[in-house]
Amino acid sequence: MNAAAMALPQKIAAAETEIAGLACLLDPSGAMFFTAEKALVVADLHLEKGSSYARRGSFLPPYDTRATIASLAGVIGRYLPRRVVALGDSFHDRRGPERLGEAERRALAEAMAGLDWIWITGNHDPDLRPEIGGEVLPETELGPLRLRHHPAAGACRELAGHLHPVAKVVLYGRSVRAKAFLSDGDRCVLPAFGAYAGGLNACDEVFGPLFPSGFTAHVIGRNRLFALAPAALCGD
Amino acid sequence: MTTAPLLPARFREWFASRGWAPRRHQIELLAKARDGRSTLLVAPTGAGKTLAGFLPSLVDLAETGPAPLKGRGLHTLYISPLKALAIDVARNVETPVREMELPIRIESRTGDTPAAKRKRQVERPPDILMTTPEQLALMLASPSASELFGGLKRVVLDELHALVTSKRGDLLSLDLARLRAIAPTFAATGLSATVREPDALRRYLVGQGRGAPALADLVVVEGGAEPDIRILDLGHDLPLAGHLGPSAMPAIYGLIREHKTTLVFTNTRFQAEYTFQELWRLNDDVLPIAIHHGSLDVEQRRRVEAAMTAGKLKAVVCTATLDLGIDWGDVDLVVNVGAPKGASRIMQRIGRANHRMEEPSKAYLAPTNRFEILECQAALDAIAVAAQDTPDPRTGALDVLAQHVLGRACAEPFALEELYDEVRQAAPYADLSWEDFGAVVDFVATGGYALRAYERFAKIVRGADGRWRVRDGRVAQQYRMNVGTITEATMLKVRLSRSSPGKAGAVAPRRGRILGEVEEGFVEAMSPGDTFIFAGEILRFEAIQEDEALVTRATAGTDPKIPAYAGAKFPLSTFLAARVRGILAEPAEWHRLPMGAGEWLEQQRRRSLIPAPGEMLVETFPRQRRHYLVAFPFEGRLAHQTLGMLLTRRLERARLRPLGFVANDYGIATWCMGDVGEMAEREPGFLDTLFGEDMLGDDLEEWLAESAMMKRTFRDCAVIAGLIERNHPGERKTRRQVTVSTDLVYDVLRRHEPDHILLRAARADAATGLLDVKRLGAMLVRIRGRIRHKALDRVSPLAISLILEIGRESVIGEAADEILAEAEAMLLEEALA
Repeated sequence: MNAAAMALPQKIAAAETEIAGLACLLDPSGAMFFTAEKALVVADLHLEKGSSYARRGSFLPPYDTRATIASLAGVIGRYLPRRVVALGDSFHDRRGPERLGEAERRALAEAMAGLDWIWITGNHDPDLRPEIGGEVLPETELGPLRLRHHPAAGACRELAGHLHPVAKVVLYGRSVRAKAFLSDGDRCVLPAFGAYAGGLNACDEVFGPLFPSGFTAHVIGRNRLFALAPAALCGD
Repeated sequence: MTTAPLLPARFREWFASRGWAPRRHQIELLAKARDGRSTLLVAPTGAGKTLAGFLPSLVDLAETGPAPLKGRGLHTLYISPLKALAIDVARNVETPVREMELPIRIESRTGDTPAAKRKRQVERPPDILMTTPEQLALMLASPSASELFGGLKRVVLDELHALVTSKRGDLLSLDLARLRAIAPTFAATGLSATVREPDALRRYLVGQGRGAPALADLVVVEGGAEPDIRILDLGHDLPLAGHLGPSAMPAIYGLIREHKTTLVFTNTRFQAEYTFQELWRLNDDVLPIAIHHGSLDVEQRRRVEAAMTAGKLKAVVCTATLDLGIDWGDVDLVVNVGAPKGASRIMQRIGRANHRMEEPSKAYLAPTNRFEILECQAALDAIAVAAQDTPDPRTGALDVLAQHVLGRACAEPFALEELYDEVRQAAPYADLSWEDFGAVVDFVATGGYALRAYERFAKIVRGADGRWRVRDGRVAQQYRMNVGTITEATMLKVRLSRSSPGKAGAVAPRRGRILGEVEEGFVEAMSPGDTFIFAGEILRFEAIQEDEALVTRATAGTDPKIPAYAGAKFPLSTFLAARVRGILAEPAEWHRLPMGAGEWLEQQRRRSLIPAPGEMLVETFPRQRRHYLVAFPFEGRLAHQTLGMLLTRRLERARLRPLGFVANDYGIATWCMGDVGEMAEREPGFLDTLFGEDMLGDDLEEWLAESAMMKRTFRDCAVIAGLIERNHPGERKTRRQVTVSTDLVYDVLRRHEPDHILLRAARADAATGLLDVKRLGAMLVRIRGRIRHKALDRVSPLAISLILEIGRESVIGEAADEILAEAEAMLLEEALA
């Protein structure tokens, strides 16, 4: 068998969709790119989650921050946005920015260089300090869309994080659980971008009121995204 | 033999009053104890092993006279792998103590012992304490350990052959090493069933030093009566596939009726449930037949055990839960449904019948398909020459060592060199390198990462005196909550409820009784409305609430939809596999095989071929527009599954577009869109390359990155080593995840520090555990240059057995994308319909 003749799996492709009339790409990293606006949106980086656990004696590998930043730098390099918005819980706790290692601090600064960067505050990092660079805001806008951490009550045009949606599919007695974007065309709840950020099942009751007429789950597979209706999903 | 000096008069009178004479090995153990020698006693069941183990303690304690009021300190420690066994043995040893009116206090201590009693046991220890490896670890991690165990004279280790093959055995070996440091003069007695290599157990019992391995003394009780064991011949041909053996049930029922008490062993819980149902379907005489397996509610199991001991049951259908230990009254027949899987396992099971050494144990092996006939015959042949297949001695796991190191720091500060010398006394860790030891201590202290990020959070710290101590009481508390090496899947209680009709998933608030427990993963793979067999009933899954799976009774006549509730499933042992290959390669022997197996092999020889000894047969054939490749390595299901995962990757690379594979204990079948048979004929060396050992390089690494089984293995190591906290019963996480997922941790660690000690521990486990990589590697070497390819135009008699498994246990490849794509396609179809 000639191993060299065999192509490696192709780079995994983003999915095209539209939110509130804006064309965008859903990237398998969990980021979202608005093509016309050149805006990149990510949610729930949870930087320094590892060190947050370490304080309590669970020594998780201290590489989550650099993994998350590297992934973020990668997606910035692919799409070359003008503007980046992080939708809150960018740090796992209030003291997260202090604990950033030297290398990670540098990598983050490099990723941010030359970009219009907005940190939306979240419940994990409600009083993020401006020293980190970029602008710190409770909310912002992108065309007709509100961008915030916690989704607002009722239907509206917004991008939000906070809920870490994952979709679970059960078939033939086997199951897959993967991060997912949930969207009804007006609102999108983004998956958590952070390397150690777990997930909340898309069937959870909190999602119902956000999407009264249902949603499409754009589930992140290994090689591409899969668009699934709630009927195809399973609770935990 | 003169017994006078060893056995005091009081004891001789007691033996006589029961109409017994002391057995030779019992006296021999007394002599060993007198000389302070650690000893391994190897004896068949029914030889009076337990009494032999305790007699030296009883004699010694009886001669020292009554204890002072505050107790005289712990004299003997008894360790058993089973909680129930510890309690049962305590009861059994009470009998001679009571009848001889010996001034000896005996107590047991398990996870269920109330806190107040445990505290008292430390303050005023009994003379003899019966306990488990986990409890011993907890006691040793307490600052009072030196005082408690300071006067220890004897340690008795029961069912040692079963203990040493697991991580629990590793933990216990480290605890024994610790005890040796506290009480250097105690003698250990190991009680074991017949094993192939007693030296491994003899090493385990004594401290190892530099140079030649130290060995405990050995006392062997020869044989007892030959077991009367045969294959249950139904007089007609068995099916080619299937594991349930429906046609054997009337014969088994007949045997139950003719005997006093029968134990019916099965290999999986599903088999047990099925067998139980079938026997009751036939049970016109309403014989008391019960079921017993590890998932059933404890109360129900206790009721079955009590009824059994009281002689009220005609039969119990059970799984490995009854392989070991307790005497269940008058069992006069054992039936083993399905393949024996290993010669030692089957001997252990057969030994459950007739717990009296002089009478032969009586047993039937009931194969359920033709391959299993070969396996049963191989087991009979092995038993006839008393051959055993006990696994090789373990190399101590590093995650277990990490747990022990933290426990040592909880007890008292330790010096690095001292602890290194101490742990290497434990046989599994005798070859531990200083570097690995250092890496483990470093892991315990700060996680042991190349990026020294956590120094300020260290759990154990080195003081000015050079000794390592635990940072604070909270760390010690954390240790106590996480001790042990059993990391079973999170279990959900199965609760019977009433459903509101018509509405799937809607369950009325009225909650019924708990039927038992199932693995969370099993429930997670079910949709509301799916039916399954459990606790002898067909149940309908409704919903998960908190830590309970709510179920309702399915309407009568419903077929269970989910048959996959496998429970523990053992792969065919290496030893027995070799014997099966031997039978296959010896046509002169085939006439001995009943129920159509001989004719089946004869057909195989005519239509395809029978591989010569040492060869592996590969068949290719087209079937239903697919091209099949079937191989027969006979290396057990786990190794075959790993082989299947890796083979499909390689077939993919060869552009043969594999679609799936199925594996059982004997072989593997994979099917492709591309013509794999033609490729094998056209390209010389194709099959040799396909089965090349290099698959254990990059292909394996790539697969491990996403393998669910590898992630599970890693999670177990992470919990044992104390990286993340154990899930405790009743703490099922709902909604947002409270702890971090070890799958995410695995991904990050693998990318950033692939040689981290925890990944090394997980890989070591994968080699022998769920992935059986070591066995696969040995197989690839064995068949190198010895693949016999046969291109056929249709499926061969041997291959049918495998092909019939498709659909029953088919694996579509482990990549998540295939499931997601299927779900997407189904939605699309629905939309277009």
